[in-house]
Amino acid sequence: MKAALGWPALVAPAMLFLLVVFVVPIVMVLALSFSGPQIGLQHYARIATTPVYVRVFGNTLQIALGVTLASLVLAYPLAYLLSTLGARTSIILLGLVILPWFTSLLVRSFAWMVLLGQNGVINRGLLSLGIIDKPLPLLYSAFGVYVGMVHILLPYMVLALYSVMRGIDRDLLRAAQSAGAPPWRAFLHVYLPLSLPGVAAGSLLVFVMATGFYVTPALLGGPRQTMIAQLITSEINEAVNWEFGAALATVLLLVTLLGLTAFNRLLGMDRLLTRDA
Amino acid sequence: MRADRPPPRWGLFTLYVVSGAVLVFLIVPILIIIPMSFGSALSLEFPPRSLSLQWYVKYFTTPAWLRATGISFQVALGTTILATALGTLAAFGLVRGRFVGRDLLLALILSPLIIPGIVIAVAIYLVFARVHLVGSPLGLVLAHTVLALPLVVVNVAATLKGFDEAVERAAMSLGAGPIRTFRYVTFPLIRPGVIAGALFAFMASFDEVIVAIFLSGRTATTLPKRMWDSVLLETDPTIAAISTMLIVLAMLVLVLPTLGRGGSRG
Repeated sequence: MKAALGWPALVAPAMLFLLVVFVVPIVMVLALSFSGPQIGLQHYARIATTPVYVRVFGNTLQIALGVTLASLVLAYPLAYLLSTLGARTSIILLGLVILPWFTSLLVRSFAWMVLLGQNGVINRGLLSLGIIDKPLPLLYSAFGVYVGMVHILLPYMVLALYSVMRGIDRDLLRAAQSAGAPPWRAFLHVYLPLSLPGVAAGSLLVFVMATGFYVTPALLGGPRQTMIAQLITSEINEAVNWEFGAALATVLLLVTLLGLTAFNRLLGMDRLLTRDA
Repeated sequence: MRADRPPPRWGLFTLYVVSGAVLVFLIVPILIIIPMSFGSALSLEFPPRSLSLQWYVKYFTTPAWLRATGISFQVALGTTILATALGTLAAFGLVRGRFVGRDLLLALILSPLIIPGIVIAVAIYLVFARVHLVGSPLGLVLAHTVLALPLVVVNVAATLKGFDEAVERAAMSLGAGPIRTFRYVTFPLIRPGVIAGALFAFMASFDEVIVAIFLSGRTATTLPKRMWDSVLLETDPTIAAISTMLIVLAMLVLVLPTLGRGGSRG
């Protein structure tokens, strides 16, 4: 069949394009990160030995972990409910998950600024109800960053869990219960283990994406919630220290690639080729 | 459903309440912007005391907003065309071909979905700054296509996977050449995937902010870049009006492919 030669040829234009606009730039970032005044690991040494940078990396991982856990706890019951509903209802409710997912990240972060601000909707509401007597510092705080990031990443978690849960045979739960297991045991020993691939996929995806966040922490967080991406931007745009910015970007890329490799090992890249992954 | 031996009633109740609360958390912050954008006060308030279109008027009469919107449309359209062309071809090769390096190519195409936007933006900026592609719509189109390509590939591949190749062989055996077969048999069958991919690509570019922060320069400020500049300084209520229009656009884009799919199914 002619296809033996034909199929790779169809991928070639995209490959060539990515090579020039994506691969070469990434390789240049790597190369740049080892240069500067002289060739070597100087920038990496500076990252590892400067308390501010270590703290920002710590912050980033901590926020990413917290956001992942919060998303998992919030998404699990919702995804479970969605997977038990009939097609019509679940499509409508899924729409409510997908619409925010499809809405500009900037719009969503702006919405949270309006809600959480000193004179924002939430503070005014609580003040007028007499629950508080001075505005809560919701915006420009860790709280703001967590709320904003969970809001943006939650749909990914819901969809990852839902795609696995929909495939779980619920007869197994029934079987466990008719064999005498109380519902909570049937859930813990039968359902939960079967849903773990979704938990793993969703958590990895959310964690990896969270580590690279820029817009949300910049708009909703304070100086103490600075994340790696903000550091990279200020090195490139304000300090115009490209080599050091490149080293920071390389470390972030490394974290991402570790996550990507784990994802591939655990679940296989092919999952991404299906619509619901 | 009945035979499912329902969990205890309080358990089900908790499940509904928690799920409902999560859905409210997801959707309300977005919907609340819409009424606020029609407020008549000088700052955003909820609920608005009286309604007006002042922020929409301000948007449509401020040349800087309109120029940014024009550039965003231009860039998003260019990205859609380039990403849909490259991505549709690539999806065919990747789904149907079995060749050495296929998995690696797939991983490369899909990796911009996972690699942080900031890393991609910085990398492309460092190269484009040297070849005068910063501050040009072309530079933005090229960079946005990197981000949009995986979306097209995923969507087209999804329709290709459920595709019965026998219909193509049938067309060919009846004398249709490869081009006619593609035009009249293959393309109509994968059209929903191509349309969905193109819409995703358009939105990915139109809403994109991080690459735009680096590549817009002074001469190619996109709408999100200008919104970003404005939001950093103050909560300009004009942003609420623009946000409302972007939310409506997202709703349209979500509904459009479903209509297309319904149509082609007959």
